[in-house]
This record gives sequence, C-alpha cells and structure tokens, in this order.
Amino acid sequence: MGLRKTNEKGILGWFDQRLPVMDMWNDHMAKYYAPSNFNFWYFFGSLALLVLVNQLLTGVWLTMHYKPDAAQAFGLVEYIMRDVPWGWLIRYLHTTGASAFFIVVYLHMFRGLMYGSYKKPRELIWTFGMIIYVALMAEAFMGYVLPWGNMSFWGAKVITQLFGTIPWIGDVLLEGIRGDYNISDATLNRFFALHVVAVPIVLLILVFLHIAALHSVGSNNPDGIEIKDYKDENGIPKDGIPFHPYYSVKDIFGIGMFLIIFLGIVFLKPDMGGLFLEHDNFNIANPGSTPEHIKPVWYFTPFFAILKVVPNPFGGMIVMFSAIIALFLLPWVDRSEVKSIRYRLLPFKLALTAFVTSFVVLGYLGMVSWGPGEKLLAQALTGVYFLYFVFLFVYTKNEKHKPIPERLTH
Amino acid sequence: MKNLILIVTLLLSANVFANSDGAHLEPAQTNIRSKESLQNGAKYFMNYCSGCHSLQYQRYNRMAKDLGLTKDEVKENLIFTDAKFPEHMTNTMDNAQVEEKEWFHKAFPKDLTLIAKARGVDWLYNYLKSFYKDSSRPIGWNNTIFTGASMPNVLWELQGIQEAKFEEHEDEHGIVTHTFKGFKKVTEGTMSEEEFDNTVRDIVNFLDYTAEPAQLIRMGMAPWVLFFLVIFTMLAYLLKKNYFKDIH
Repeated sequence: MGLRKTNEKGILGWFDQRLPVMDMWNDHMAKYYAPSNFNFWYFFGSLALLVLVNQLLTGVWLTMHYKPDAAQAFGLVEYIMRDVPWGWLIRYLHTTGASAFFIVVYLHMFRGLMYGSYKKPRELIWTFGMIIYVALMAEAFMGYVLPWGNMSFWGAKVITQLFGTIPWIGDVLLEGIRGDYNISDATLNRFFALHVVAVPIVLLILVFLHIAALHSVGSNNPDGIEIKDYKDENGIPKDGIPFHPYYSVKDIFGIGMFLIIFLGIVFLKPDMGGLFLEHDNFNIANPGSTPEHIKPVWYFTPFFAILKVVPNPFGGMIVMFSAIIALFLLPWVDRSEVKSIRYRLLPFKLALTAFVTSFVVLGYLGMVSWGPGEKLLAQALTGVYFLYFVFLFVYTKNEKHKPIPERLTH
Repeated sequence: MKNLILIVTLLLSANVFANSDGAHLEPAQTNIRSKESLQNGAKYFMNYCSGCHSLQYQRYNRMAKDLGLTKDEVKENLIFTDAKFPEHMTNTMDNAQVEEKEWFHKAFPKDLTLIAKARGVDWLYNYLKSFYKDSSRPIGWNNTIFTGASMPNVLWELQGIQEAKFEEHEDEHGIVTHTFKGFKKVTEGTMSEEEFDNTVRDIVNFLDYTAEPAQLIRMGMAPWVLFFLVIFTMLAYLLKKNYFKDIH
C-alpha cells in the first residue's frame, strides 16, 4: 500500500504511516543525546528561538494595525498604543523583543567563543549562526525605520548613506536602497516589505539549517570534548542524556528566568530610559530637524563606534564590515586542538576578556558624543578587537593547554 | 560572568544617556499614580496650554476614564470648544492662523502628546520654571533651559515675573561667555513658590500621562505578572531538579 511501518496506533499511527513523525520526534527530541553538563550559558539558544517566535507573533499582530505610509505611520503607532485593545502590550513585546533578541544572541555567541563551539566539526553551525546574526541586524535596522520617528529617519539616512560612499556604484546603490533621493515613503514601503516578508523567511530558513547542522554533529559542551567518542553497547553516548525530557524541562526553567527579566522590562520600563526606545523617536520624522546626536540603537553601537573611528566614511564602512567578517572566519582563525576555555591557559583567557571588553566599551562609546579622549579610546579598542583574531591565529599554532579529560566533568 | 555583569550594569545605568545636553536638571518628582495631581495638571493644561498646544493622540473620554472624571465634569470644566467627548484634543488655534497673522513670529506651537517621552519630565519641569524677562527677545521672554525659546511665559501670572542673573567671563581669546547665576523675582505671582512648583509638577505629570496612557495599566499589572512568573519559575526549577537528580 506504500504506507510506512509504524508501532504507533490511532491518529498518531495514521500520521506516522504517512510522515516520519516519530522519527523526527526521536531524532530531534526524545533520542537526541545532548551532553549532560550544560550550564547557564546553554539557555540562550532556546531563548533565541523563544524570542524569534515572540517577534513573529507580535509582528503579525502589529501588521494588522499598521500601514507603511509616511503620512500615517507615526500616528498609527500611537493608535496601536492607545486605541487597539492590548496594542501597547503587543508593541512593547515587539520592541523589547528586538533588544532581547540581541542580548540573547550576544550571550549565545559569547558561549561559542568560550567553549570553542565554532570549531571543527561545528564550523557550519557557526557560519549559519553568523548569517543569522547579519540577517537579524538587517531586520532590526529596517524595523526601526517603520515607526517613522525622527531617529528612524535620520538613522536610516546615515546608514544608507554609507552605501553611497562605495566608489562607482554608490549612487545607484543608494537610490536603489532608498527608492528615492532621500529617505521617504518609498523607503518606508520597501523596508516594510523586507522587514515583514523577505528577511523573516530568510531567518526561518537559516534557523532551520542552524539547528539541522547542530543536530547532525551534536552539541558541544563546557568541556569542549566530543561525547560521541564514548558510546555504550546501544550506540548511545555515555555522557549524553535525551534532550527531551531533560533539557526541554530545564529550558522551561530558563524561560521562566528570562521572562521575569523580559516582562519586568515590558511592564515596568519598556523604553529603558531611552535605550530600547529612544527619546528622539517620539518626534515624528522630520527631514528639516536633525537630532542633536544621531546614533543607532544600543545593539549596533559597537560597530557604529568602529565606523566613527575611521575619518573616511568609505574606509569606516570597510573596517566596520571587516569586524563582522572576522567573526565569520573564527573557525579557521582558531587552529587549536582544544575547544573549551576550561583547558586553555591564561593568554587565551586574557585575550578573550580583552576582546569582549573592547566590544562592550565600544558599544558604550557608540552611544555618547566624543571628545578627543573618547576618540582615542575607541581607536585603541578597535585595535584590540582586530588584534584578538591576529593573536588567536598566531597563538593557536602551537597552543599549550591543560590536560583535556576524556569524559565530561561535572 | 564578569562580562555579563558589565552588560547588565550598562543596561541598568540607561538613565545616564537620558539627557544628552548635560545641563543640571532639578528632578520633577512626578507621581503618575496620583489622580489628584493628574486632574490638577489637566486643569492647568487645558486652561493655560491648550489654546495653542494640541494633544492630537489623546482622547477626552480616555482622559476622563483614566483620571477618574465623569463626562459632565470634562464637558463643563475641561472642554472649552465644541469638541465632542470621544474626540482627540486637537481644538487649538491652527497653524494657518499662526502663519497668516504672524503670531509668535510664525513659530508653530508643538503638539505635546508625546513631549514627556521626547524631552523627559525633568526637562519639562525645569523648562516651565525657567522663563525670564528678556527685552532683547522679540516676544519679551527667554528661557535658561531652552535659550531662544519662541514661547512666552504663559504661567507668569501664577509665577510672577523673574529676571535672570548672568556672570560674564572672558577667556584669553577674548570670547565672552555667560554663566547663569540664578533668578531674581521682579513681581510676585498669585502663587507662592511652593504652590507654583507643585502646579508645574502636576502639568508635567499630566503630560507624562498623555505620552503613554497605557503606563497606568501596565504598572498596575506588573506585580501580578511578576508574581505569577516567580511562582512558575520556582516550580519549573523544582521540576528540573527532580529530573536531574539521577544525572550527576
């Protein structure tokens, strides 16, 4: 009859005869063996998924009440905040969700740096993850334009302007991105299309690939050793535990902790004193009134600071994009045989601390106006940022390390 | 972990960036939960501000509901035009009139619905208290918080008229700068200083409300949401602990 064989009965059996429901469930949940020593840092993957779902759902509901029309957009956001039942909650979940997405993703990436999760055999997981990060930046940038506040306008103007600095094709490219000679109704329309349709589809495909690649090679862990090297007679990793129910239950606890902070912000301080929702964006977009201090939202500010370090805008853009490309190359820059920070020596720990500190302080510098002191600091920290990759490449050629255990430690 | 602490510290110190101009501002100390203050603020706003400034996203009926006022109270005391109860508070002089008659030298009064979010309550509080007589300005008034403001001191009857004292400094390049050294009352107002401060505080509180009426709802819900989540998370922790007791 062409039906698949199944041990299941009833409705589940009917489906399993026609779609490998149980195989999928087992491969990815009940018989997906994850290392038993996941710690705090391993919450952020599932949290990123949670925030993604939050953004998709709240985004759909916002779209029901919003129009990408330069004459109406700003007022419609206020209409959502006041007249749409629960509109304020839907919008705050979405705006706070945007910032939460980056917090969670940054911590997720930091985990990867600490435990060497980007290293062989997980290069592809890291690469998909980095493309997700870049897509997320595009998504956030275009989403920020939609409320049509004055910082939406000027932020979009400054950032799109960067593409105009590219020699030869700059002017054409700039006009193509804006759909006009300035940020206008046309820009708002195309950014809306990209923000609600194109980029989310790309993000979902990438997230699928990121997880598919992860489940194919298996998860790394704080010890950075492969649990698949030690299997019992049934072929099950001795240090592995089924993702469901162990980590599905543990992640519920992680979600609870996350929601306390996340909903705490949504209900008590959704603008985070101008950090999540900026003061200037409560004025309607006005091409004739430049905000005193144009800056992107906090999650872009490390790169914004790097951009500002270089006096020439085109040069600045090259350096800024290099800062992102460098992250893509990490699996091949780090040539060490040891993955986890637990078994690496002080030079690596210091270098990673310097790298993360430079990123965080650059983030701060990207928010404030600069005197000569700030500029010097930003230049130095941009240097530190790039030196990390150079150091790692040289240092890991013959890296000494502590003895690596064969089995997981707890 | 160290880095996490750094990130969290940065996020929590967000207020540092709230006022980029760096001027020292006296805290407004508004209380959004005080209906009395919001009602008084609404009264003064409608009497002294609404002739010029609209609140284009704020509806009269929503204000009535949130401030604990009846329809009749609003209609009798707070609507001075032919506006209907559910309408937005937009019945002010229109920009065409300002343009045509060159009122305020064609400076259009801003819509103030969101001004408390755009400027911050502290800025507004200090701004409204810092008008002084300045005959060099076309309209006769200036402001130490917003130099060259186009708006006159509409609250002068209440506050009285004040003059500003400045100290002149000349640096080695001969550039003269003025440092503000306090106000001097020229005429007394109908209110004492404390009464006036409280009135301004109430107006600012009302504007804080119009900038986000939903804050009354979310602040009220917050304790319940967080209480539920704490219980939920504690149970989730116990469940997790129970599952993992055989693992390590």
